[in-house]
Amino acid sequence: MTSAIAQLAASLRARRNSALDLARQALARAREHAALNATITVDEGAALAAAERADLTLAGGDTPALCGIPLVHKDIFCTNGMRTTCGSRMLEGFVPPYDATVVERLAGAGAVTLGKANMDEFAMGSSNENSFFGPALNPWDLTRVPGGSSGGSAAAVAAGIVPFATGTDTGGSIRQPAAFCGITGLKPTYGRVSRWGMVAFASSLDCGGVLARGAEDCAHVLAAIAGHDPRDATSMDRPVDDYVGVLSTSLKGIRIGVAREYFGGGVEEGVGTTVRAALAELEKLGALLVDIALPHADLAIPAYYVIAPAEASSNLSRYDGVRYGHRCSAPQSLEDLYMRSRAEGFGAEVKRRILVGTYALSAGYFDAYYLRAQRVRRLIANDFTEAFRQVDLIAGPTAPTVAFKLGEKANDPLAMYAADVNTVAVNLAGLPAISIPAGFSEGMPVGLQLIAPAFAEARLLAAAHQFQQHTDWHLHVPGGAA
Amino acid sequence: MTMPHSSHPTSHGSWQAVIGLEIHAQLNAASKLFSGASTAYGAEPNTHASVIDVALPGTLPVPNRAALHKAIRFGLAVGAQIARQSVFARKNYFYPDLPKGYQISQYELPVVSAGRLAVRVEDGRTIDVEIQRAHLEEDAGKSVHDAFHAATAIDLNRSGTPLLEIVSAPVLHSPAEAVAYMRTVHTLVRWLDICDGNMQEGSFRCDANVSVRRAGETKLGTRAEIKNVNSFRFVEKAIEYEIERQVRALENGEAIVQETRLYDAAHHRTRSMRGKEDAHDYRYFPDPDLPPLSVSSADIAAIEAGMPELPAARRARYESALGLPEADAAQLCSDRATADYFEATLAALAAHGAEHASGAQGREGSGSNAKLAANWVLGELAAALNEATVHIEASHVSAAQLAQLLARVGDGTISGKIAKDVFAAMWAGEGDADTIIAARGLRQISDSGALAAAIDAILAEFPKQLADYRAGNDKLLQFFVGQAMKRTKGQANPQQLNALLRERLGPMAEV
Repeated sequence: MTSAIAQLAASLRARRNSALDLARQALARAREHAALNATITVDEGAALAAAERADLTLAGGDTPALCGIPLVHKDIFCTNGMRTTCGSRMLEGFVPPYDATVVERLAGAGAVTLGKANMDEFAMGSSNENSFFGPALNPWDLTRVPGGSSGGSAAAVAAGIVPFATGTDTGGSIRQPAAFCGITGLKPTYGRVSRWGMVAFASSLDCGGVLARGAEDCAHVLAAIAGHDPRDATSMDRPVDDYVGVLSTSLKGIRIGVAREYFGGGVEEGVGTTVRAALAELEKLGALLVDIALPHADLAIPAYYVIAPAEASSNLSRYDGVRYGHRCSAPQSLEDLYMRSRAEGFGAEVKRRILVGTYALSAGYFDAYYLRAQRVRRLIANDFTEAFRQVDLIAGPTAPTVAFKLGEKANDPLAMYAADVNTVAVNLAGLPAISIPAGFSEGMPVGLQLIAPAFAEARLLAAAHQFQQHTDWHLHVPGGAA
Repeated sequence: MTMPHSSHPTSHGSWQAVIGLEIHAQLNAASKLFSGASTAYGAEPNTHASVIDVALPGTLPVPNRAALHKAIRFGLAVGAQIARQSVFARKNYFYPDLPKGYQISQYELPVVSAGRLAVRVEDGRTIDVEIQRAHLEEDAGKSVHDAFHAATAIDLNRSGTPLLEIVSAPVLHSPAEAVAYMRTVHTLVRWLDICDGNMQEGSFRCDANVSVRRAGETKLGTRAEIKNVNSFRFVEKAIEYEIERQVRALENGEAIVQETRLYDAAHHRTRSMRGKEDAHDYRYFPDPDLPPLSVSSADIAAIEAGMPELPAARRARYESALGLPEADAAQLCSDRATADYFEATLAALAAHGAEHASGAQGREGSGSNAKLAANWVLGELAAALNEATVHIEASHVSAAQLAQLLARVGDGTISGKIAKDVFAAMWAGEGDADTIIAARGLRQISDSGALAAAIDAILAEFPKQLADYRAGNDKLLQFFVGQAMKRTKGQANPQQLNALLRERLGPMAEV
């Protein structure tokens, strides 16, 4: 078994396909799956031109693995000359004059961008229902959500439109949709992938990453996008590991921590059973399962829902109708310009978080909310540090449920936030984590989350890859057999 | 030295004013605090604004280390603590020329804290001013209200320009002290080459916090903040007005409200801009885009090694080692380029081996040269620079050229009076002193035979004046000096001429 990217790369090198063929096929699949609403923008001309350039590079020999491979970018990454909406009416017509570092690096590796994937507005949401452009749908069941906020990226990969897509993860926005759509989603360590050109939601938590069919695909993409970027002061200047080279590392003797807190009351029975079966599989492959405790796990949601909105309230102040983005018609005064442009440009969830965040940073409330949340954040990070003294990886369900129905939680923000229970702590601690397909419950995919210490992406990818060498959950596709 | 914070006599009777200044000095770094865009003044609107300065989505700030180093230079100059880790914070508020909706500043952990600066006040006292903090922050853009009809234009060229905000403790007690402090800081930031000090362009401006209290009271009164004053004179006038306004109000039994006020230069008064109830809640929090700014001991040591001799030290040296009067020393040290010019002149003069014969003897051998050089730099040269509105760094007469001229005065080749003509010729570009003296035949006549012949000719020409002089009209001595100078085309050695004249004129009658 080999990865989708490796297979395509081989066929390109064997001249069985050209990059132009792959781009045309992908564009055709995108049209075929238009009902999924997985993309906000598809730019056929740009895609075909990029494919032609990739074919020239391929003809020259020795090329990176991603050369000629099609992808979609989450519409949060700025693309020079291609509109970048962030799923918002506010940026409906915004065309950036520059590329995000992730976009630049993938283009440099010869990957072919088809367009931009649907997402929750400003990456705020767990269902993709908060997109101004309408929800993306789950290819496994069109009445269900694909997860969020990188819902369009997950749907596009799961439906086979593209072999991989970029995403961002602030509280689970790569891993949860990957779990809901039955694919692999990697959230790297904070600082491993540059945030330059990635529209900010919560700067201390936002992390660019990848959604693809398997861990090997993720390794190829991470190898292309990871590394120091002087344009991002939070980007870490340290060497990038050989993610592809270490994939064959055996699971023998790897200690995997199982935190009871990740199997709490909110976890559906089917999800719990499926994840335990996957853990048993890992054990069979030589891993040692160790019970661990993450005592502050239940504080992650409240801490996250103070810190993320606080940062967002400030990050989203720039959308004021003055320089770019949505501007209300015929403003009567400066205040009217601000109020109506923002009232019209932002959706309900974005407004809710701006209000919550503004409140948390206000004089008189700052200590009780923001500062306390930062202290909790340190406790949560310490929990992980302690746990990683005993184990190499930590495992649990990525999400407590399988993909829920459209509209099911749309009017209950707290229920929606609770769905992030197993993912947000990882962002608060800045750690790398991956969600891999672990089986099915009620006919819907279930994700297994593996968490590693900071900058141990290679360990994470190798473990996931070993699991995928011995299981085929990641090869299941909607509407068909493996 | 330091005076206690007593109320010294003012026109406000038993009231004491308490003033603290927040000075905004624009750091003269080539690029902005968080982007690579140029900080040059006066470009076409919005041509020096990068995607970061415009705050496009997805852009991120990266700190400019050059600006940080300039802030540290200031900190070292005022003996302050330099934070090994300082933290950038966001100050959130909406304004059309504030593109991000927040200003990146420093709040809880500024780069510079707890400094002190000795300030000489007009009345001769020296006060010791505590500088609570100096922090880095970015400037906003500009709103232009008169460029278009019924619309405000935004120019973001200034957006992101690095500023150092220097905050004094509330320890100043009169407009004169406040202005003296502001001038001292102004001299210092230019001296350190961290700010061009250009107040017209807004590179150096200040907010003044003013309150008053009864003499002897230790609790601070309610303060008003006067925003954005950009000249020394306006600061003085604004504070003066504000003290009077507050004293008048309190004496009428009114309360002072905490508020922000603007100075109206046309009417020399302040007026309310916004009250406390309208004060912004800036929602400061550490900027998550910027990790704490680290400074190593090696960084600090390197910056320290590159520090110039500070103005106060140099002024003291001019007084003690060169024997210059306090006023001369202070004036020379009001500007580093002037002080450097003076020292270059002095060094070149020493190289000429000249020692001004008739000058007062200093404590060191070079003392008289120092006074001569100081007089010329602060006199003739300053006047010429002023008239031509040329800065001393672009002076038409170099320090070496001036030194040669002064050497010719020192060795008696020309008189001080002739030297002024030679200087004017040098300024006009006619060459150096020796060339001009030779070309114009200005060499002083010190040949006593030639001088005596000239004097005899004059005495023969003016017998009546000679008789009057001898009858006791000693004012006529100057008449004869003038005539002799005229006959020698000004080239007579004045001392020699005087001596010879007295000798030839003979004794005056006893009156």
